[in-house]
Amino acid sequence: MIENWSSLIPLLPEVFLLGMICVILIAGLYIDEKRRGIIHFLAILTLALTAVLTLRHFAVGQRYTALGGMFVRDGVGDILKLFVYLSTAIVFVYAKHWLRANKLFSPEFYVLALFAVLGMCILISGGNLLTIYLGLELMALSSYAMVALNRDSPVAAESAMKYFVLGALASGLLLYGMSILYGLTGSLDITLIAKALESGRQPEVAVAFAVVFVVVGIGFKFGAVPFHMWVPDVYHGAPTAVTLFLASAPKLAAVGMAFRLLAEGLEPMVKDWAQMLGFLAMMSLVVGNLAAIAQTNLKRMLAYSTISHVGFILLGILAGSEQGYAAAMFYAITYALMTTAAFGMIIALSHSGFEAERIEDFKGLNQRQPWLAFLMLLVMASLGGFPPLVGFFSKLYVLQAAINAGWLWLAIVAVVMAVVGAYYYLRVIKVMYFDEPDREHQIQAPGDVRVVLAANGLLQLFLTLFVGSLTALCVAAWQ
Amino acid sequence: MPIETILFFALSTVLVIAAGAVVTLRNPVHAAMCLVLTFFTSSMLWVLLRAEFLAIALVLVYVGAVMVLFLFVVMMLDINTTPLREGFARYLPVGLLIAAIMAAQMIAVLGTQHFGFDRYAAPAAVVEGSNTEALGRLLYTQYVYPFEIAAVILLVAIVAAIALTHRRREGVKTQDPGKQTMVTKAERLRVVKVGSESKEGRGA
Repeated sequence: MIENWSSLIPLLPEVFLLGMICVILIAGLYIDEKRRGIIHFLAILTLALTAVLTLRHFAVGQRYTALGGMFVRDGVGDILKLFVYLSTAIVFVYAKHWLRANKLFSPEFYVLALFAVLGMCILISGGNLLTIYLGLELMALSSYAMVALNRDSPVAAESAMKYFVLGALASGLLLYGMSILYGLTGSLDITLIAKALESGRQPEVAVAFAVVFVVVGIGFKFGAVPFHMWVPDVYHGAPTAVTLFLASAPKLAAVGMAFRLLAEGLEPMVKDWAQMLGFLAMMSLVVGNLAAIAQTNLKRMLAYSTISHVGFILLGILAGSEQGYAAAMFYAITYALMTTAAFGMIIALSHSGFEAERIEDFKGLNQRQPWLAFLMLLVMASLGGFPPLVGFFSKLYVLQAAINAGWLWLAIVAVVMAVVGAYYYLRVIKVMYFDEPDREHQIQAPGDVRVVLAANGLLQLFLTLFVGSLTALCVAAWQ
Repeated sequence: MPIETILFFALSTVLVIAAGAVVTLRNPVHAAMCLVLTFFTSSMLWVLLRAEFLAIALVLVYVGAVMVLFLFVVMMLDINTTPLREGFARYLPVGLLIAAIMAAQMIAVLGTQHFGFDRYAAPAAVVEGSNTEALGRLLYTQYVYPFEIAAVILLVAIVAAIALTHRRREGVKTQDPGKQTMVTKAERLRVVKVGSESKEGRGA
C-alpha cells in the first residue's frame, strides 16, 4: 500500500508528536521530582515543533491525502490544529502553577494531554469514518483519565465516572450511526459517502436515521443541550488545570469533527442535519444562558456559558455555507483563547489550599490587583460579546452567516440570549470593581503565568485589529 | 431447509436467550457464565459466515481472557447488587414501553425494505485460502493507519491505568535488591567502643 514513503510527508507532524510523547513518557520515569520542570519544557517544545512542522506544509488552499484517503490535510484542518497546539501550550503554562500548588505535578498530566492533542489531530484530519472514530476515542480516553487524575478527590472521581459512562454511550450512538451509513453507502471514506448520497439512491428515511445518530454523537462532544448533562459536573469536579484543558482545545476538535462528518460526508443531507442542529443550538442558547445566571461557582458558570457558546458555534455550522463554516471556525478559535484566559485567572488567584472558584472570591479584586482585575474585565466582556473586543466580532460573523442562510428567527433567539448572558458576565465585573474585598488577595502565581495571562487577556483587545486577516484565513481555508 | 439455516436459527435462539439471562439473572457469577455462552454462540455464528479467525479470536480474547478476569472481579469484590435492583418492577412498564416504541421505530427504518438483498448486492465472494492471511494482509496494508491508532489507544489505556492506580506507599517492607547490593560497610556496621568494665562489678 505504501509504495512511496514521501506520500507520508503530510503525516509528519502527527508522527513527530507521537514520537515525542513516547520520549516524554520514558523521560518522566527517570526524572526526579525536583527536575520535573524539564517535562513541562519538553511538552511545550513538542507543541512548538509540531506547529513548525505543520506550518512547513501549510495546506491552506490545498488538499493532501495520505494512506488511501484515511488522512486528509487541508486548510481547515491545519488552522484548527495550529490553534489546538497554541491553546494547549497556554494551558500547560497555567496548569504547571496549579498542579505544583496541589501536588499533582506529574508527567502523566503532560503525556495524557499530548495524547489527547494527538487524538484531536487525527480526528481533525480524519478522511474516513474509522479514523474519525479512533481519533475521537483517543482524545476522549485521555480526557477521562485526566479528569480522574486527582485520585484523592471523590468529586473528581464521580465526575470522571459520569464523563466516562456518558461518553461511552455517545460513542456507541455515533458508531451505530456510522455503521448504518456504511450499510447504506458501502463505504467508510468520507468523500465516497458524500458521492454515494449525492446519487440519492438510498432510502431517505434510513439516511435520516443515520444522520440522527451522527448528530447526537457530535452534540455530545460539543456538550450541546440536551446532551449537556456532563458539562457542568465535569467542569466543576475535574482538577482546574484539567477543566482548563477540556474547555479549550477539544472544542476546536469538535468543530473539526463536525466539519468532516456533516459538511463533507453528509453534505447532501444538509437540510436534515441543519434542522437538528437548529434545535440543538436554540436549546443550548436558552438553557446555557439561563442556567448560568443561577450559578455561584465560577467554574460551573463557565461550564454553562460554554454550553451557550456551543449554541453559537452550531449556529454557524447549520448555515451550511462556506461563510457559515468559516464563521463557526473563527468563533471556536476565539472562544478557545477566551476560555483559557478565564480559567487562567482562576488559577492565577489560587494557591495551595485555596481555590478561587467562587464568584465571591473575586470581590474587590480591583482594589488589590487592578491589573488582574482589568484582564478579567477584558475576558468577561469578550465572552459576553461587547463591541471593541474580539468576542463581539465572532458573534457578529456567526449571526451574519445564519441570517444569510435564512435562519432569522434563530438569530433573534441568539441575540436575545446573548443579552441575557451579558448579565452574568457583568456580574463578575461588578463584583470585582464595586464590592468591598473581604479577604486578602494573595497572588503567588509565578512570572510565566502572569506574562502569558496578560498576553492572553490583552489578546481579546488586540485580536480585533487582526480580525480581518484571521477571518480571511478562515474563509480561505474553505476555498 | 439447508443445514446452515437450521444452525443459524438454533444458534441465534441460544444467543438471544443467553444475552437475556445476562441481564436478568440475580447471581453475578451465573450472569458472567451466560455472557460466556453469548460470546461462544456468536463466535459460532461467525464460523457460519466463514470468518474462522475472528471466531477463534473472539473465543480466545473474550472467553479466555476478559471473562476470566471478569469472574475474578465478581468473586473478589463482593458487590451487593440489591440496591441496584431497587425499583426494577416500578420502572419496568415505562422501560418496556419505551423499548417497544424504539424497537418498532428501528424495525420500520432498518427492515428488509431498506436493507434487503434486492437493494444491495450480496458481499463479494469469500476470500480463497486462509482467512487469517487475508485479514493480516488487509490490516497491515489498507488499514495500517487505523491499526496504529488503535495501538496508541491501548498505550493510553496502559498509561491511564497506571497513573490512576499506582501509588508509592510509605513504609512498605519490600526488598530492593539494587539497594541491598550497593550497601556499604559504613551503613550496616557500627563499631561500638566498649569501655573496659570495672573489675569490681565483674567480680561480684
